Amino acid sequence: MKKLLLVVGLFLCVYVQLSASSLFWVEDVPWDEGKALSLEWNVPAETVYLQKADSLGAWDLIYAGAEKKYKDSEVNPQQLYTYRLIVPRPEIGDSISFIATAKPIEQWFYLHKLSFLLILLAVSFAIIYYVNGARNGKDYFIRRITALDSVDEAIGRATEKGKPILFVPGIGDLDDIQTIASLTIMSHLAQKAAEYDTELIVPCRFSMVLSASREVVKEAYLKAGKPDAYKEERIFYLTDDQFGYVAGIDGIMLREQPAANFFLGSFYAESLILAETGFSTGAIQTSGTAQASQLPFFIVSCDHTLIGEELFAASAYLSRDPQQLGSLKGHDFGKVLVILFIIMGVVTEMAGWHWFKAFFEGAQ
Amino acid sequence: MKRNLPLIFAFISGILVVISEFIPHRPFSQMVSTLQDWFMIIAGFAIILGQISLFQANLAKIKEKKSGWYFYLAGLLSFMLMLVIGLLWGTQEYRGLIGHGEAIQGWLGSKPFDYMFDNAYMPLSATMFSLLAFFIASAAYRAFIIRSFESNLLMITAVIVILGRTSFGGMLTAWLPESFKFWHLPNLSDFIMEYPNSAAQRAIMISAALGIIGSSLRIILGIERSYLGSDK
Amino acid sequence: MSVNANSQTERRIVFLVLLLAVALPLIFPIGWKTEVSGYTKMAWNLIESTPDSVVVIFSFDYDPSTMTELQPMAEAMLEHAFSRNHKVLAMALWPQGAQMAEQAFAEAKKAYPDKAYGVDYINMGYKVAGIVAIQAMGRSMAEVFPTDQRGIKYQEIPMLKNIRTLKDIAYINSLSSGTPGIKEWVMAGRDAYGTPVTGGTTAVSAPGFFPYVNSQKQLHGMLGGLKAASEYEVLIGKIGSATTKMDAQSIAHLLILIFIAVGNVKAFRARRRRDAI
Repeated sequence: MKKLLLVVGLFLCVYVQLSASSLFWVEDVPWDEGKALSLEWNVPAETVYLQKADSLGAWDLIYAGAEKKYKDSEVNPQQLYTYRLIVPRPEIGDSISFIATAKPIEQWFYLHKLSFLLILLAVSFAIIYYVNGARNGKDYFIRRITALDSVDEAIGRATEKGKPILFVPGIGDLDDIQTIASLTIMSHLAQKAAEYDTELIVPCRFSMVLSASREVVKEAYLKAGKPDAYKEERIFYLTDDQFGYVAGIDGIMLREQPAANFFLGSFYAESLILAETGFSTGAIQTSGTAQASQLPFFIVSCDHTLIGEELFAASAYLSRDPQQLGSLKGHDFGKVLVILFIIMGVVTEMAGWHWFKAFFEGAQ
Repeated sequence: MKRNLPLIFAFISGILVVISEFIPHRPFSQMVSTLQDWFMIIAGFAIILGQISLFQANLAKIKEKKSGWYFYLAGLLSFMLMLVIGLLWGTQEYRGLIGHGEAIQGWLGSKPFDYMFDNAYMPLSATMFSLLAFFIASAAYRAFIIRSFESNLLMITAVIVILGRTSFGGMLTAWLPESFKFWHLPNLSDFIMEYPNSAAQRAIMISAALGIIGSSLRIILGIERSYLGSDK
Repeated sequence: MSVNANSQTERRIVFLVLLLAVALPLIFPIGWKTEVSGYTKMAWNLIESTPDSVVVIFSFDYDPSTMTELQPMAEAMLEHAFSRNHKVLAMALWPQGAQMAEQAFAEAKKAYPDKAYGVDYINMGYKVAGIVAIQAMGRSMAEVFPTDQRGIKYQEIPMLKNIRTLKDIAYINSLSSGTPGIKEWVMAGRDAYGTPVTGGTTAVSAPGFFPYVNSQKQLHGMLGGLKAASEYEVLIGKIGSATTKMDAQSIAHLLILIFIAVGNVKAFRARRRRDAI
């Protein structure tokens, strides 16, 4: 009898272990950095208890409830993890447990980002293609941007009046590409200002922007052949405080009465305060930002405004460097691509084919 | 070499960041983490650079007795005052060099730094922001003039949105029956903000994003160098 | 853009009238009622539908200058989160944000005096580097915040016992008046780690964030300006500072409409004079 019970017991154990794969299973979450495991179970129970073995083999409860799946993000890649699912059987006063193991694996690609990669590659190749075209002597047309044509006029006016130029590189830090775009424009502007012997004032909100601005203006003066005219103290840090910064700039505008103001970069609620104060001093004002919500304020109070992408095109436009102009053609290709995708998206959604939208939403 | 080194660094770090966006596997994920840590450390230290610049710029103006030099002096004194009282008695829960200053707290009601923050810094800052209301009024007065069909359209839209964003606007059209709910001013205003406004914002955002890709690529490939101070 | 003496005088008249229009309703409140808009309701729904006892982030990405608009939002949303028994981790991407958080907690604690520091809420303080700090939080919160504002070690904070990365956060609420702020949280928090994001911003910056409230739910609703703050107060049944300030804002808006009308009449008359010559 004992032997029979032992055989039946062994048989049950093997059966449970073998059938566990269809009742409780753990899988690596695909296409990720190997930091998650997906656990699922298919057992008829109102409440289940999920445990995870720690490094010493002791079980820690990680979930209790009625769900049928669980995602464990507390794992490290390439390590084996063991889980135990406990299903209570109140009718017999006992419980059944299932054990499963899995190893999270680091993948070589985030599949849900495929659409981003394809768009990035298409736009990047287009830019490189057009840059190469420009290198080989192809001449590209670029439309007139009046705001940038007025830069010379603004500097000329400041020179005539013998007053300084104020350049505000926005309230963004150096990790904001708008600030970088602003600094590239400042480089051209500083060179022209140096040539005309016009003073340039640059108040900065962040220390890193200050450091970069000084370098940019210094090099520009060097290029203009007037290194001695460079005054480091005219490029200075004001404050990190958003409206303290605005108050400081307003003070400069009212005290020093610059003949030309440039507001280029990232701006938020302070845009109108800056532009209106500049307006009240009668300065010729040029602004530019990719912050769409602030554009109306600049358009109202400034003479010229760079809208969105024009800010990023400014450096190419001002330098007339064929390579940079070529890259602008790449932007145009990107725009055509986006327009096509929007039309295709609308058509496929209307037709009930949702795969197109899902692909661009990054569905896995 | 002085110019090439930053260019090489910009190229390597730029490519690494782009790659790590698509490849989760080590070593890319770890390299980008390291770059991020570096950025945070540099940004932290750069704050000191700002303070030094603040002192240098203001001291020079005070020494030269430039017009309005007393403003610069007031700025520096305020800075020093906040720094010293913050260091001596600390802020909020933080202990200062000479303790929490219980006696002064009893007199002021809070620590000197917090007292100055609440009663001087905060009202001054809020005052600057409140100027926006005045400037919006004067800008609107100048901007919404009917000159053409487009400006007419702009003005009508502005009136609907302005009214829709007030409590008064809701009351104006509250009598409309349920079937005309769309024409209720707050709903009309929400519609304008949600659809035509968002569509225009998206168009600018998409083109700006393309500009960002282009600018970033120019910087990574070293075509755009003027941010380093030189074109060549 | 040039400006003549006449227009300077006009500007001053505009400023003076506006000052009176804003000041009078603050002294003599009217009590107009505010209607709740869809975006505010969406933000409220996110907090309302999130189960209790979860850890959430309130990021105070502004400074005292914009507190008139953003502090009422912060206080109302914080009270709502406390009412839902969410454990609030406050942090700041702006230097003065940490103080704003302290003030908001002090206000919310008046309604919820039982909430304990470290157990129900925590202030981790300011973190430099904006979006890079958020990305780093996606890897390890403890590395970004080794201690809280008071110097308590991350590992010793009871409510953060099971919080390792941004993925463990139920939702993020960024109250922001510029950069870094909501946009950075959407890019590095929502898009990279899937953590729901909601937030509030100043009225003049709000239109720029509306495109993020979309079918992909990059933003779960959004509060734009004082009106949205007063709408939130309506939703949680509180008569707070936003509700009392809304009368002044409504009158100011009406006055701006009158200015627009006056400006048009002036322009029309000037045109007629020009045509007559």
